[in-house]
Amino acid sequence: MAVIRTTRGDLDERDLSRTLGFEDRPEEFVVWVEWRTADGELVRRDAHLILKYPTLVADAIAGGM
Amino acid sequence: MANTQAMCTSFKTELLNGLHALGTTVTRGATTADNLKAALYLATATVNAATTAYSATNEVSGSGYTAGGIAVTNATGPSSTGTTAFWTPSASLVYSSVTLATAFDCVLIYNSSQSNKAISVHTFGSQTITAGNFTLTMPTNDASNALIRLA
Repeated sequence: MAVIRTTRGDLDERDLSRTLGFEDRPEEFVVWVEWRTADGELVRRDAHLILKYPTLVADAIAGGM
Repeated sequence: MANTQAMCTSFKTELLNGLHALGTTVTRGATTADNLKAALYLATATVNAATTAYSATNEVSGSGYTAGGIAVTNATGPSSTGTTAFWTPSASLVYSSVTLATAFDCVLIYNSSQSNKAISVHTFGSQTITAGNFTLTMPTNDASNALIRLA
């Protein structure tokens, strides 16, 4: 039995439905997982973002004279 | 041989290391690395290049999240390859067992050793977290992918 922490306290993972999703964006890869009860209530959601290529670059430019 | 106009690569790395002070209000006395933190902001916030320091305004809030965010692990100092100096936190940013019900899409890296002065702002796809973990895995720490690059 795998017990996971949820908004309703620790629950047996087998009693929950799990949805796994991912999104592949230019700068990041996102994986998320949601657990819901039999009546559809969202009781846990995790997200994992993998930063691939941040475009944040400071250009240090030496000015010409 | 010929001379070539350039900003010296060593200077870029040394900027990240705090070796140069070109202004007249030098206050730095520490000889150790600063402590950095990472705070999350709501998708409705306005955090950008004009942000000068950490602020709790429009920061996320919820169970398990402490205002100000989490410490950034910094075990690897700045370095350079070619003409680009770069630096990346040495571990993922992990917000554990949090509930962040309002959508957020931004993390501010700031210097908690220097009056919470802002370092960089990074945006991502909007997220919510329910009684779970939010993990930001850092990019490869090199001249092409590092989180902070002076090119």
